Amino acid sequence: MSWPLFFSQVFNGLTLGALLVLVAMGLTIIFGALGVVNFAHGALYAVGAYAGLVAYERTSSFLAAMAAGAGFLLILGVVIERGLIRLYYRRPHEDQILVTFGLGIILVEAIRAMFGGLARDIPAPSWAAGIVNLHVTLYPTYRIDVLAIVATALVLLYFILYRTRIGLIVRAGIEDQLMVNILGINVTRTFLTVFGLGAMAAGFAGVINAPIVTVTPDMGGDILVQSFVVIVIGGVGSFWGAVVGGLIAGELLSLAAMIAPAYSEVVLFAAMAVVLILRPQGLFGVEGRQ
Amino acid sequence: MRAMRSRLRRGAVACAPELAMAAFLAVFPYAIPDLGGSLDTANRILDWGLFGIGFDLLFGFTGLLSFGQAAFFGAGGFVASYLLVTPITDNALLALLAGAMAAGAIGLVIGYLCLRRTGIYFAMLTLAFGEMFYFLDISPLAHWTGGENGLAGVPAPHLGFGVFALDVGSAFGLYWFIAALFFLGFWFAVRVAGSPFGAVLRAIRDNSARVGALGHDVPKYRLTIFVIAAAYAGLAGGLLGLLQGYMPPDAFYLDTSGQLVVQTVIGGAGTLVGPLIGATIWLELYTVLQNISGVGALWKMILGIVFVVLVTTFRYGISGGALLLWRRFFAARPRARPTEVPFAMPHSALESSPSVSRPLPNGPVILATRNLTKRYNGLTAVQDVSFELHEGEVRAVIGPNGAGKSTFFNMLANVLQPTSGTIEFRGENITGLGATVVCQRGIAKSFQINQIFPTLTVRENLRIPVLARSYGKFQLSLFGSAARDAAVNARIADAAAAVQLADRLDTPAAELAYGDKRRLEIGLALATAPQVLLLDEPTAGMSPAERADTVRLLKRIAAGMTIVIVEHDMDVVFGLADCITVLFNGRKIAEGAPQQIQADPDVRAAYLGEAVHEPA
Repeated sequence: MSWPLFFSQVFNGLTLGALLVLVAMGLTIIFGALGVVNFAHGALYAVGAYAGLVAYERTSSFLAAMAAGAGFLLILGVVIERGLIRLYYRRPHEDQILVTFGLGIILVEAIRAMFGGLARDIPAPSWAAGIVNLHVTLYPTYRIDVLAIVATALVLLYFILYRTRIGLIVRAGIEDQLMVNILGINVTRTFLTVFGLGAMAAGFAGVINAPIVTVTPDMGGDILVQSFVVIVIGGVGSFWGAVVGGLIAGELLSLAAMIAPAYSEVVLFAAMAVVLILRPQGLFGVEGRQ
Repeated sequence: MRAMRSRLRRGAVACAPELAMAAFLAVFPYAIPDLGGSLDTANRILDWGLFGIGFDLLFGFTGLLSFGQAAFFGAGGFVASYLLVTPITDNALLALLAGAMAAGAIGLVIGYLCLRRTGIYFAMLTLAFGEMFYFLDISPLAHWTGGENGLAGVPAPHLGFGVFALDVGSAFGLYWFIAALFFLGFWFAVRVAGSPFGAVLRAIRDNSARVGALGHDVPKYRLTIFVIAAAYAGLAGGLLGLLQGYMPPDAFYLDTSGQLVVQTVIGGAGTLVGPLIGATIWLELYTVLQNISGVGALWKMILGIVFVVLVTTFRYGISGGALLLWRRFFAARPRARPTEVPFAMPHSALESSPSVSRPLPNGPVILATRNLTKRYNGLTAVQDVSFELHEGEVRAVIGPNGAGKSTFFNMLANVLQPTSGTIEFRGENITGLGATVVCQRGIAKSFQINQIFPTLTVRENLRIPVLARSYGKFQLSLFGSAARDAAVNARIADAAAAVQLADRLDTPAAELAYGDKRRLEIGLALATAPQVLLLDEPTAGMSPAERADTVRLLKRIAAGMTIVIVEHDMDVVFGLADCITVLFNGRKIAEGAPQQIQADPDVRAAYLGEAVHEPA
């Protein structure tokens, strides 16, 4: 094992971790505010990538692709919340899981019907082509930029969650959903905004990850599972839980891929099992929350 | 002769699901070509149906939505296939058994981990651990499983030993082999569903916390059914290898777990035949739509839409819906009951029972607390409360809103753990034992907000505490019939009579009037045959007539029992209690006989504010 390889894996872990943070953040705020676990989140991520792909093929601009991925998913999120999720707020968690799972199937199959099952890709943008010498290792510029982009997106989300009225309601909902309802706060608009934001985060992540992986209808499956692991490790409903959990997951996947490639995914699940045994509510989770 | 005929008839009714299933299995292979499928389709449908029976016990009966069944399907399949390919054994039954057992053993470990959290966590965790097995299969274990290639060359089933050996190579032979195993799986599941074990599972689905509070070891029940479901999955996985002659790695896919969930919900969860119906729809739709150009590629999307629409509008699935219709047309009539019966009429006999005049409590101390304290961060809800309860006593705990009554009460029942202090029951420290153990020791609590099992009938509701009393906190009685246990039935009848629900035994709890629900709530606690009964606002939300009725009922119950009651209605309190404890701001401020409490200036101050200090 050489040091440059080691550092390049550390950076890979950071990039992957950052993307997982973004996807898991969408999941966790949707659950926090709405009480719904969105099993269609992986599918939304894939739809985002395809929306970006379409925009890129029309304009050859990566910025347009990012805007399309985020914008289309914001709209799609709003439509889904108004058309379907809204009907499920008073139903058992199991029903919510079933319907979002079914929605995921429909979205993925719709992509397959429209774009076929073959892998496509969005090339890295020209402004992020090439390689940077980080002294400890040589590293693709685009991946460094991904870190910066995700960090910016997270700062924005943090600002929304911790400095706005809607954010206050979301965080109050994470603490005690019933109380928020009792206080007579109009939650309809909040729910709509949060679901839209969560979907947007997933779609945006889909576009920026597209140049690193390939774009296929099923690309959301692994991401969904990994972001579940992230929020189990970090604790459902916690901003910092998603951040720390995502970075831990990214680094584990990437470093294990170097040390014991056969076990790289398995190590991630083992870490989740350890957290479950030692701290079932997750590293940043609130005890007692169902 | 007549007796024999009627016994035969009764036997036939009891076995109706099995007989119907056997008839279906006998006809199915001859009907399937007309449905556009082949014998291979029939085999696959049965295999998925068998896989689904286990899942239905887990999800439909117990309410645990697992997205990780693929792990057990794959594990059982690869263990069985590996044994047959190597060949360590050429006996298919032996290999299948080993596969099912391996899957069950894995289920024990994964179930232990996943069941540390329930609800949404459980679905996420099973999904994640399910994925883990896919990665284990394709890489670290590739030497045994063939990795991405799977295991080819699984031989046709070969049964028995030596001269009794039998090859099941032909297409029909394979069908009968799978059908026989499916039937066995179905028969076993029907037994489980009708057993006391199954009765507890259904109650867990409705309200797991209450099942625990009634003295059942809920985590152990959940883990057991998780292992059983895993073994079913393992058996079905092994059969997949046999019927294809090849064990594919996609058995481990997330899509496999998803397909199982979708099939079961479409077919109808909680019915045992739902998964079979769902599998038929899935595989038929796949087979038939494939041949229509332009639509073939869309088959899975169409199914997804059907699924979402079904979940949204008609949650019971196809077989659940059929069952509802059946009940509406055939079972509704006997249950119909004149609704204009005046309230309390069936219990008029009660009026004549002599009112119990009670001596002052002087029996031995049965329940005591020492400096019981509960703090929530900065807030102290209950502080240093010590009290002693004598055997045979009716004690009321009163106090204004926020005095800490409910917190104190929940600590007595071990639903809440105190921050400090101890609780003693017959001189034994029971602090921190948990509600289940405490209920088994003999302290039962009825809740302020009804915690009944809405989808179960009154009889099935009352069966849960009676089973806990009769068989302890866990009993693996998978084969006995819950409905035919005479001792249990007698206790159910007693409990129902005690709370005046004897004529409602077959009514689903959700359909009861509020007053009846409230009495069922008390009946659940009473049916555990407690030594101390804790009643949390038993008359909350009742009309004055119902209230008076309930007080009479409670008086009758009190005749042979030690009771602690929290109540806001002072008529109820003074009508029942031998002794009253007053809490205010988390502290005990007074204790004594009702007249004494009525005259106590501190109590008046607590309830009325400063006014009492002025001369009257």
